[in-house]
Amino acid sequence: MDFTTVIFSAFALTLLGAGMGVILSRNPVHAALFLVLAFFTGAGLWMMLEAEFLAITLVLVYVGAVMVLFLFVVMMLNVDLDRLREGFWQHLPLGAGVALIMVAEMVLVVSSKQFSKLGADLQPASETVSNTRDLGMQLYTHYVYPFELASVILLVAIVAAIALTLRKRKDSKHLDPAQQVLVKASDRLRIVSMRSEGDQ
Amino acid sequence: MMLMLQDFFGPFWPAVWALVKIVVIVMPMMGAVAYLTLAERKVIGYMQIRIGPNRVGPLGLLQPIADAIKLLMKEIVVPAGADKFLFLLGPVLSIMPALAAWAVIPFTPELVLSNVDASLLYIMAITSMGVYGVVIAGWASNSKYAFLGAMRSAAQIVSYEIAMGFALVTVLMMSHSLNLLEIVKAQQGPLGFLQWNWIPLFPMFVVYVIAGTAETNRAPFDVAEGESEIVAGFHVEYSGMTFAIFFLAEYANMILISALTSIMFMGGWLSPVGFLPDGMLWLFAKMSFVLFLFLWFRATFPRYRYDQIMRLGWKVLIPVTLVWLVVVGILMQEPLRGLPVLNIWFH
Repeated sequence: MDFTTVIFSAFALTLLGAGMGVILSRNPVHAALFLVLAFFTGAGLWMMLEAEFLAITLVLVYVGAVMVLFLFVVMMLNVDLDRLREGFWQHLPLGAGVALIMVAEMVLVVSSKQFSKLGADLQPASETVSNTRDLGMQLYTHYVYPFELASVILLVAIVAAIALTLRKRKDSKHLDPAQQVLVKASDRLRIVSMRSEGDQ
Repeated sequence: MMLMLQDFFGPFWPAVWALVKIVVIVMPMMGAVAYLTLAERKVIGYMQIRIGPNRVGPLGLLQPIADAIKLLMKEIVVPAGADKFLFLLGPVLSIMPALAAWAVIPFTPELVLSNVDASLLYIMAITSMGVYGVVIAGWASNSKYAFLGAMRSAAQIVSYEIAMGFALVTVLMMSHSLNLLEIVKAQQGPLGFLQWNWIPLFPMFVVYVIAGTAETNRAPFDVAEGESEIVAGFHVEYSGMTFAIFFLAEYANMILISALTSIMFMGGWLSPVGFLPDGMLWLFAKMSFVLFLFLWFRATFPRYRYDQIMRLGWKVLIPVTLVWLVVVGILMQEPLRGLPVLNIWFH
């Protein structure tokens, strides 16, 4: 067994364990942290496939930003597990049915002949040009329209999300820094000249 | 000798050899962290017309060692309502990224632990994980103050990471590479320090130093600790060595940010003038300068109010980076890049 196999097994086992942890842990914060671990080990596996750009971007975007905000929300919520478990047995048949269909579909796709041929005719990335540069060239030349389309969809989603949550609060103590900077001493303070007690 | 060891460890030799190199980098780093704490107290002391620590050893030089022994001897108290595992995981997660990022920092063209192509991306990914230590520590402490500190820190670090990332995008546009070695080499030239990135990217340089101060939770952006408002924020419940690890992580992060600033904007190991040789000492001198700026900030500025930090990040720094991104993009185009002064940098 060579060194890469050891590393692969370690990553694979950690990934499976973390995945189980996400759905089995009783505390939502623990579940979110298991998800972070799953992303991170997943990135490790991608790194072993020499897809370093994708691996590092996965860590940067999902671990570094998305999951931080996710944890932020989960920590603030007070999740009541008993309420979540209500009606578990009632919904079980439907849930199990959906799960079975999904597993069957995945098995069919992965075991098909087309799937194993996938990528067989692809050229390996050239040795002289870095992975990232290659990816950028493809993305901004061959796939520029799908790429632009995806970014427009994301932009619409951002604008929609902000528009949905934007509201003016009457009790907001908002300050305008431009106004604050322009304030002069005479606006706030009045100096009154009066005789001191000693003069009387 | 090397061959004998190689035989002994067999397939695990690459891991063992990497471990040896890691120790060679981490040990001096820890020493630098210890003496940075002393430097901070001395510098701030002199700025406030005090002497600073001068009792332990000559000129107070043994003070960091005395501090370390004191912290080692103290009891680690775990609060009764705390999530014990996560409480102890918090400090570990905060020091891990601060150390792991050093794997790709080049000290000289040859002296780098791992010369990976996407090292700039790696740095961004690893440093973005530092926030977990703070967030987990704040939540696991089961204390209101600690939780407030963690929430503040999470929002602040995520906000400033965007400005930081855009600043780095302009750097990689200048050097056409994500590799830190290539980034330094792209700044090399006969004009010395005039050819470094800090002139064409000056606004980005300023944004990066400000965002770096905020990312490391240093004053004036230290609202995650905020002694006067939320006692000590996320590490209020920590004592002894667990507290010391947070402290170490903060200073290790400062040294890391200063190294990155030196490499990306100030030419790394390059000598500022042509007649002096390049070398590691230049990198250390530049790092010391940036570290001195951090200490100077702390001695000078009062703490920002929380909403002002957010305003600065989102409404000032990010627009500045977006504008400069376009400016650099335009200057790199064909007729402009060949013009007399611009061709110093945009080659």
